[in-house]
Amino acid sequence: MNVIRVMTGNEACAEGALAAGLSFFAGYPITPSSEIAEELAELLPCAEGVFIQMEDELASIGAVIGASLTGAKAMTATSGPGFSLMQENIGYAIMAEVPCVIVNVMRGGPSTGLPTLPSQGDVMQARWGTHGDHQIIALAPYSVIEIFDLTIRAFNLAEKYRTPVILLLDEILAHVSEKVVLSDTAVRVIIDRIIPQEAPEAYLPYRYTQNLIPPMAPFGSGYRYHVTGLAHDETGFPTNDPVEIEKLLFRLQDKIIRNRDDIVQVEEFLLEDAEIGIISYGSSARSCRHAIRQLRAQGVRVGMLRLITIWPFANVKVEKWTKNIGKWYVVEMNMGQIAREVEAAAHGDATIFGIRQINGEPINPEFICQKIKDGLNV
Amino acid sequence: MSFRYEIRFSGEGGQGLVLAGKIFAEAAAIYDGLNATQSQSYGPEARGGSSRSEVIVSDDEIDYPKAVSIDLLLALTQEACDRYYADVKEGGVVIVDAAAVQTIPEGNFKIFQVPIIELARQKVGKPLFANIVALGIIAGIVDVVTEDALKSAIEARVPKGTEEINLQAFQVGLQEGKKYLTSF
Repeated sequence: MNVIRVMTGNEACAEGALAAGLSFFAGYPITPSSEIAEELAELLPCAEGVFIQMEDELASIGAVIGASLTGAKAMTATSGPGFSLMQENIGYAIMAEVPCVIVNVMRGGPSTGLPTLPSQGDVMQARWGTHGDHQIIALAPYSVIEIFDLTIRAFNLAEKYRTPVILLLDEILAHVSEKVVLSDTAVRVIIDRIIPQEAPEAYLPYRYTQNLIPPMAPFGSGYRYHVTGLAHDETGFPTNDPVEIEKLLFRLQDKIIRNRDDIVQVEEFLLEDAEIGIISYGSSARSCRHAIRQLRAQGVRVGMLRLITIWPFANVKVEKWTKNIGKWYVVEMNMGQIAREVEAAAHGDATIFGIRQINGEPINPEFICQKIKDGLNV
Repeated sequence: MSFRYEIRFSGEGGQGLVLAGKIFAEAAAIYDGLNATQSQSYGPEARGGSSRSEVIVSDDEIDYPKAVSIDLLLALTQEACDRYYADVKEGGVVIVDAAAVQTIPEGNFKIFQVPIIELARQKVGKPLFANIVALGIIAGIVDVVTEDALKSAIEARVPKGTEEINLQAFQVGLQEGKKYLTSF
């Protein structure tokens, strides 16, 4: 049966997590993400899960990693300042291959910045916030229903690839109430991590398997193994052997890169006949859709390549479309964090302009229309 | 041709404007079968400070969920009125609290000065109900969502045990709103 509801993005995130099989949440409240924790404090215990409010964000991500090692589907939710505090342990989860979901509801920064106002300033922090060469998966929904769907997908990707997945929301999406039609009979794809088939004595926790993703034994099920943030060999114990180090680090890269086609999603909106392209994501893409409709009504043929997966970057799609369309606007609530990626992917095939705003206000569609119209005469 | 109707509820933190917006959006989306979004903008304060809540109602997809050209502005403080009246579109509607807003903005819109907070105090018992009274007034003046939808949404949203008094607040506003409409 379909149920019509008016719900906020944060509510949709909490409910999406539950639909994905969330069983552990640890967090520390921070605007504009607090309602995710608030919802889960109420709903998770009813679903026989565990909710813990920790003393800070370092402890929150630590608890999430620990819970995931026992087999739980685990998540935390925060905003910029808390996301900064989590960076070290995000790297640990990447290195130790611990699936988990980190929701970052972006607000204006740097520092405590603008607690109640939107921003998309953490896109590069999601990519490179933790140190060392690594891959990361980050998703950026743009509507309440897409937050629900992509929260489920974040868990699926985390479990499938044994890696942390970052869900990037922003204050607008977190707090907007929207009409959603949820089906309580829908069959949803839920992916669980692969567990080892061999006996505990034969288990190699970081075995180099063909698909590059070692089966993961939950702690407490009889499998004893070592987990470390140090470079390690297949046994999980630290190593300084350059052959083993390279084997590990390339596997960590390759398990994401070789599966780009599975991970990267974009939406191609009215691009087929477009003479001007827009690249955007998250709530800014909502402003763009409005602007595109208005510009098209005035005869300006504009379309949008919307990034649904932010990381890994949609190089292939950007390369393809920037060959077809010569003029692009990258619309984002930051100083051009994705615009630089677009420029790199376009290899000079197209002219790239940025439409940027960092004053805490959403990008007005009229502002986008004006910028694009001004550009028509140049 | 699809329609898009934009309402901005404005005043100060603690006046229940976010709730009023949510109720309006739920009335449109759940009970009237339209599409609706509600968004808000507020400062870091828990009480006081300026607060605004915006509702977009449409029979089509709503891409941009914030107001761009306001059809109806509700202002419960002078500050909110001064700040936002310029965003009201030509021929739009401005409803202000008659006591709180003394300096009446001029522009190409219809203005209604209604003693909203006073009505809530006198006829419902507490100024706290001004947000629901305002919903009644809006329902009396403009025809965007139905009275029944608003009543259902109020019943579903307000704290248990307060349904009746909130519906009474809505009726007070509705009667007042209808009065203003006929006198126009």
